[in-house]
Amino acid sequence: MTSSSSAKTDPTTTAFQEDRLVAVAAGIDVPSEVHEQVAEEQPVLEIDSFNLWYGSKQALHGISMPIPERQVTALVGPSGCGKSTLLRSVNRLNDLVQSVKITGDMRLNGDSIYDRRTDVIELRKRMGMVFQKPNPFPMSIYENVVYALRIDGERNRGVLDEVCERSLRGAALWDEVKDRLADSALGLSGGQQQRLCIARAIAAEPEVLLLDEPCSALDPIATGKVEDLIQELRGTYSVLMVTHNMQQASRTSDYTAFMYLGRLIEYGPTTEIFTKPILRETEAYVTGRFG
Amino acid sequence: MNSDTAPRRRSSRRRVRSSYTNLAAHGEPWVWLTAGSLGTALAMIIGLLLFITARGLATFWPLPLERVQLADGRALLGEVTDREQQVDESSGETVSQRLIRTANYELTGQHYQWIDDADIIAFAKPDWATAVERLEGGRFHGTPQYFYKDGDVVATGPAATWQEFLEIHPAVRQRAAEAKSIDRHERGHVQRELRAARLAVAQAELDFGVESPEHASAMAAEADVQERAAEEMQRFDEQTATLRDENARYEIGFLTADGTDVRMPVGEVVRGWQPNMLTWPGKLAVYLDRWQEFLTDDPREANSAGGVFPAIWGTVAMTLIMAIFVAPFGVLAALYLREYASSGPITSAVRIAINNLAGVPSIVYGAFGLGFFCYVVGAGIDDLFFEASLVADNQPVFGTGGLLWASLTLALLTLPVVIVATEEALASVPNSMREGSYACGAGKWQTIRRIVLPRALPGIMTGLILAMARGAGEVAPLMLVGVKKLASELPIDGVFPFIHPEREFMHLAYLIYDVGFQSPNSQAAQPMVFTITFLLVAIIAVLNIAAIWIRGRLRRRFETQQF
Repeated sequence: MTSSSSAKTDPTTTAFQEDRLVAVAAGIDVPSEVHEQVAEEQPVLEIDSFNLWYGSKQALHGISMPIPERQVTALVGPSGCGKSTLLRSVNRLNDLVQSVKITGDMRLNGDSIYDRRTDVIELRKRMGMVFQKPNPFPMSIYENVVYALRIDGERNRGVLDEVCERSLRGAALWDEVKDRLADSALGLSGGQQQRLCIARAIAAEPEVLLLDEPCSALDPIATGKVEDLIQELRGTYSVLMVTHNMQQASRTSDYTAFMYLGRLIEYGPTTEIFTKPILRETEAYVTGRFG
Repeated sequence: MNSDTAPRRRSSRRRVRSSYTNLAAHGEPWVWLTAGSLGTALAMIIGLLLFITARGLATFWPLPLERVQLADGRALLGEVTDREQQVDESSGETVSQRLIRTANYELTGQHYQWIDDADIIAFAKPDWATAVERLEGGRFHGTPQYFYKDGDVVATGPAATWQEFLEIHPAVRQRAAEAKSIDRHERGHVQRELRAARLAVAQAELDFGVESPEHASAMAAEADVQERAAEEMQRFDEQTATLRDENARYEIGFLTADGTDVRMPVGEVVRGWQPNMLTWPGKLAVYLDRWQEFLTDDPREANSAGGVFPAIWGTVAMTLIMAIFVAPFGVLAALYLREYASSGPITSAVRIAINNLAGVPSIVYGAFGLGFFCYVVGAGIDDLFFEASLVADNQPVFGTGGLLWASLTLALLTLPVVIVATEEALASVPNSMREGSYACGAGKWQTIRRIVLPRALPGIMTGLILAMARGAGEVAPLMLVGVKKLASELPIDGVFPFIHPEREFMHLAYLIYDVGFQSPNSQAAQPMVFTITFLLVAIIAVLNIAAIWIRGRLRRRFETQQF
């Protein structure tokens, strides 16, 4: 670390760094550096040369990456690099945007996500998603958690109760809300609301959990709780998380992918990305000298 | 620190003073301008409401009766209802005048008279001056003098006469009400049976022909009903005649201010009071009694007296039926426009068209309602289901104005309001909620039903409140599609099938127009207009407050509480 911070003034390093990123900015294809360890893991989600356009503007350029099962994978990169777009492409939320066009595919446990025959609604039921701002629904805490089951038509009170308790315990919220499950979810604090959203996302036992900057609207204490929770989810759920907080990525994730201007630059185990990345650009970014 | 900040503060003050040269930069005048506009608008609205409330509430308060002796020998007894100062053009002097409600229309041909103060030589407030409300002929002012029973004087002098009157009057009123009830309900029942039999004959003729056995049996049944009806009518005639004969035995004689003797049947008197003798609680009793009649009784004397109950009923029923039609219709239309229709020039054009619809004059909707609902839809319904009525009575059922068509016309009129408000409410639901729902695997309709609609409900209610306020106060289109000056039967009553959407009805807003501007006795009707206006405003306010209360409850459920 100390050597790289001293390299701040090193003209050769800067030139090298600019080479890669200037090339990317100029639209030249740059190969992604994917560490070997990534390929050794069992993937839950495979992204396969995925391109995405908003109208005529290309937002994602040939992204290929496997997401390992039961691990936490963090997507990092400067604002506008396409990490949220990539995340929203996984459960096809981008379908709602009219001008979006895509090529390539993704596979969830081997099932194509972008195949014409794929039922989007069934697909989304296999994933859970948590958004940047807590978005509890205007209903009771209980109904929020069991929402996914409700829309599936589940009426058995016993099943619902069990799922509600399991999910809230899973989201480390049970002890705080168990006495007021019938109260409006909008009365919770911001951090509680976000953990409620996580409980809602894991209620249907998703195969992959998508977190879109889950702590960016929270205060430090609430952030700490949500980060602890992400730690606990590892091993049970496969988590794909967008963050622009480097400390958060290093603390909570097993794998980290660095994206820049719609391209995957480097992807590997978090410890390697943060301590001995292949690329100097990655090092520059994760140490905060760029971006 | 102090010595450091002090001079800086002084310099900043100097800067502020220097910018007084440019008031516009401050924005101070704009604050005054905007606050002034709001204040003016508020003052006008509050002033209008206060005016209506004050005048509306004062109508039924008993005013003192003054006996005025004029220089030309005439004497008047009446309530002073207005005073004004006029400048005489020839002399240039100020002349003060007063308007006296003299009543006794059948004697003087006038309900009110303007009197110059200069012509008055004597005032008095006689204790026994009595104001009488009659079934017909308007108010009467005089002093009770004689009480007649079977044509013989049984009491003389005001006190004795009035004592007698108070003893007899309730029973007389009771008998009159009984006779009215027989005429209305029991005769009405027989007449409905007669009509049903007549329609059955016409229906049999239409279905099976004139020669058919069905027609013959229907004819026989009708003859049967007619025979029975004749008997019953005879019985009713006897009953009512007995009641009315009994009432006709009692008469009361009054002396007017100028000494004329007036004799009237006790049954003609609705109520009488001596305002000059009444104490405050007594006046209050008269006041409340008149209010009760106003709210619960049928109108009398071309709507200028009596109650407005049918109009209250009609207004509330029409507004609620309108809301029932317009709410789902408008919400569904707005849902498609906002949630399903892809944005493009066509959607924009539709949106602009809907906004413009809100500006179409309401009479146009009335004409459309008459032309389409009454003459096309209603006539079609009549042809299909009520042919017998057309043939037998030459009377359309649905093919003319009625409660249903009026409600539909107003629903159409207020539809743009609901659509625009609902669209705004839907647009204000954060997209993050929709996305959250989709991410849980909900479909579009599930998201709309479970997330978007509940969240937008308070906004939708706001639209509905505006629509109801607009609809309840609308007059012009109603005149074409079913509101009548006087409708004898209520659109919802105790007669099967209880709801009669085809019936014509009365409406408070139309009553304001009718009583205020169509009445032969407009001066006497004027206080009624204020009372009716007050009542209409109060009813709209009650409907709105109810809706706002519901909205408040909904909104509390969705209140966001951030840390």
